[in-house]
Amino acid sequence: MKFTAEAQMALSRRNFLKTSGAIIVGFSAASQISSDAFAQGGPSPGAPAMGQVDSWIAIAADGSITAYSGKEELGQGISTAQQQLVAEELSVPFERVKLIYCDTALTPDQAHTSGSQSHPVNFNNSNLGQAGATAREALLQMASQKLGLPVDQLTAAKGVIQARNDASKKVTYGELVAGKKFNLPLSKTAKRKHPREWTVLGQPLQRPDMPLMATGTFEYVHNVKVPGMLHGRVVRPPVPGATVVNVDEASIKDLAGVEKIVVRKNFVGVVAQKQFQAVQAAAKLKVEWSKGTGMPDQAGFLETLRQAQPSRDILLVDSGDSAAKISGAATVVKASYIHPNQMHGSLGASCAVADVQGDKATIYSATQGVWYQRSACATLLGLKPENIHVMFRRGSGCYGLNGADAATYDAAILSQAAGKPVRVQLTRKDEMAWENYGHAHVMDERAGLDAQGNILAWEHEAWIPAKGNRPGAARPGNIVTGSLLGFEPDTFQPRTPAPAPNAYNNNSNGIPSYVAGRVKGMNQGTGTIASERVLVHNLQSPVFTGPLRSPARLQNTFAHESFMDELAAKVGADPVEFRLKHLKSERVIGVLEAAAKAAKWEKRVSPRANAKTGTVTGRGVAVVAYEGDNGYTGIVVEVNVNQQTGKIDVKRMWVAIDAGPISNPDGLKQQAEGGALQGMSRALGEEVTWDREKITSVDWRTYHSLPVGFEIPKIECVLVNQPDEEATGAGETSITVIGAAIGNAVFDATGARLRQIPFTPERVKAALNARG
Amino acid sequence: MSTINLKVNGQPHALDLDPATPLLYALTDEVGVGGPKFGCGLGQCGACTVIIKGQAVRSCVTTVKAAQGADIVTLEGLGTPGKPHPLQKAFMDENAAQCGFCLNGVILTAKALLDKNPKANEGEMQQALSNVLCRCFTHTRMLAAINTYAKSKAGAR
Ligand code: FES
Ligand code: FES
Repeated sequence: MKFTAEAQMALSRRNFLKTSGAIIVGFSAASQISSDAFAQGGPSPGAPAMGQVDSWIAIAADGSITAYSGKEELGQGISTAQQQLVAEELSVPFERVKLIYCDTALTPDQAHTSGSQSHPVNFNNSNLGQAGATAREALLQMASQKLGLPVDQLTAAKGVIQARNDASKKVTYGELVAGKKFNLPLSKTAKRKHPREWTVLGQPLQRPDMPLMATGTFEYVHNVKVPGMLHGRVVRPPVPGATVVNVDEASIKDLAGVEKIVVRKNFVGVVAQKQFQAVQAAAKLKVEWSKGTGMPDQAGFLETLRQAQPSRDILLVDSGDSAAKISGAATVVKASYIHPNQMHGSLGASCAVADVQGDKATIYSATQGVWYQRSACATLLGLKPENIHVMFRRGSGCYGLNGADAATYDAAILSQAAGKPVRVQLTRKDEMAWENYGHAHVMDERAGLDAQGNILAWEHEAWIPAKGNRPGAARPGNIVTGSLLGFEPDTFQPRTPAPAPNAYNNNSNGIPSYVAGRVKGMNQGTGTIASERVLVHNLQSPVFTGPLRSPARLQNTFAHESFMDELAAKVGADPVEFRLKHLKSERVIGVLEAAAKAAKWEKRVSPRANAKTGTVTGRGVAVVAYEGDNGYTGIVVEVNVNQQTGKIDVKRMWVAIDAGPISNPDGLKQQAEGGALQGMSRALGEEVTWDREKITSVDWRTYHSLPVGFEIPKIECVLVNQPDEEATGAGETSITVIGAAIGNAVFDATGARLRQIPFTPERVKAALNARG
Repeated sequence: MSTINLKVNGQPHALDLDPATPLLYALTDEVGVGGPKFGCGLGQCGACTVIIKGQAVRSCVTTVKAAQGADIVTLEGLGTPGKPHPLQKAFMDENAAQCGFCLNGVILTAKALLDKNPKANEGEMQQALSNVLCRCFTHTRMLAAINTYAKSKAGAR
């Protein structure tokens, strides 16, 4: 099989435009340049202008359409939806559109592909979707001139514009293009197709990459080959904080094929002709390391965080009266919840290919941000950013900041030292011992209720250790390779006490769905509780951390939705009804009711009157407005709990999801299903572990992921279509609610409350023993 | 280094390799097939699976020496995008992938079991896949695709 990397290397944007043609139109549309990408920190110098149609769309003389996007396909299905979007706005069949994404020579800088942002950013009134609509209007204008008919007498379909009442009067997009550029700013007023008119969007199309993936012919970054490519492996320190004392190069002088030993500060790597030679060289190279900095005792570590200093404190909401309201309430409820560090643990250990030749570099990377990667590699390599070409190639599933960026830095450093292209394959342990783990959280919840069972006040306080983050353009030290090379991670800036909130921001879902969210005199939350306080303590972490699918939102929602269940039980209320009573957002209510309806929820108070022995069944519910307003999910789960062994079996799930107008129902469903199961694996078994020296969860025996062959729950999805709303995020919604829903179901079944993830059989048994 | 003779998807390959080289590296780097993937290198995830003598074998922990002479079938040996094997087709019809990195291990493990035991029940399929990972958790669809294929295979008999 031939992979196309070499061919793609030669491809430049100029070549592309030469072959694809373009358009000039004779009017200047009144327009406002899209500002969404700028708000995200982009675009980088030299990137295609966000406000120009030509940056997004090119139409070839044969009528074929190339679309350029800065949002990439990681496996979440967004490339299919984006291809549908362009086809829809341009009124052409799906197959007519070729989508190119995340290539610094070709595509706009849309910052990272992350955090359920692609759908809102490209499908609403800016960027890719708006470029498509602007182009369609421009084509209609040109056709109007050419055919001598007013625009309102023309229709566009399948790339042909024709008179409404005379099919003989027509012209194709290809004929209109005639080898010119659009030269047109994105129009804010170009009319978008309403979801009710959609013919391509809204369809459950097969993913175009599906036949390739199923036959082993899809090109992942792991499959990229360039001529003369060598193989690299890194030698990471044995324990965190260890520094290089000495590297004995002679220790591998007898090994065949070794081309280079690279030592830069604490970065050590080898380059060899064949992969197995690099593996052996990395294993045999004698490196003397200093002692590490040690790790805190993991037992009870999270409990110590409440006293940890220094801290950077943030108040998200503070009505000022919550403490007094709680202490004066008829019923006071307090509970603490714990979420550990977890891993991305992508199935394939990360890989990258770099070719650094003199002052130029070509890089194939599974990074979530090609433009950031370009800047960071420029710093690492001492090159000019404009001399670096970064091309995204899909890696193994990406749920946030896995090892993709680190592997890319590794490949770049090794290639520069070797003067030849180098492919780096991390080992499973390289990946698992050094990735930026999802954050641990310790969370305290407090609430006061009146005699009628209404919540009067709610306080949430969280302690969250962090170190490093996405490296972005300027912080290579935020991930392991940059750190080994001597770069510092983000600086920690202590701040206590926190200032009053100056804007409403529920990006982290730190604010529960049930409070008013009053900031600057305006209620912006989704609930009704007027007395509220959310205080976050950001702390320093012994391990690198970074965004992992639904960062902070998942942890906070685990606490909020478990606590809401505790409150309902305390006052003898039905968990669904009790939630509804404290909600005002129709979309949150909508998904909650949809999930409850699908599950045929029977009104009741938890726990059920089940036997205290044997296997018992229960159901739990949870709901979230992801990021406060960027996607809505309600879930009901049914579990069996074996009270003898403490094992939880999730039997069924009903997931209702609302992400605005449904761009691709099959894709949306898949995100809902996959998120729920991934969240279930994390809730039941996943936890990063360490001893006093080092990380000990370094493979699939020590980090526990549910395999393909387990008893998979039956999942029913309810897709709530909102044709009149804006597109929102989808990929991180169901994973955010599943942990609490399982915990609540266990409580419903047994009366035992689980407040620490993962819900291992030992923890379940401890909770069963502790119940009254 | 010595000459190693591998037969991959019916094609013979004479390769100059250290006999201790894991089969996976020979397949991806020398033979140039893209189906088998490096997942863990430890025999724990299934990403590198190939079929040898009807068995799903983990090529990351199998040496080229041990694989010499045998018929090695990789995912691309089953079918092509235009002419997929019915099991591959079932995966396509279900959109049974997110990143797709695990498909190699899942499809080949399921195929090896169903070739041996076309009437494999749910428990046997779970057992076969109990050491195969998909971290995107596309489980529901993958199992649906496998069931569709298993049924059609049983029906064809
Ligand atoms: S790569 Fe061989 S089993 Fe994981
Ligand atoms: S689809 Fe990504 S690992 Fe299975």
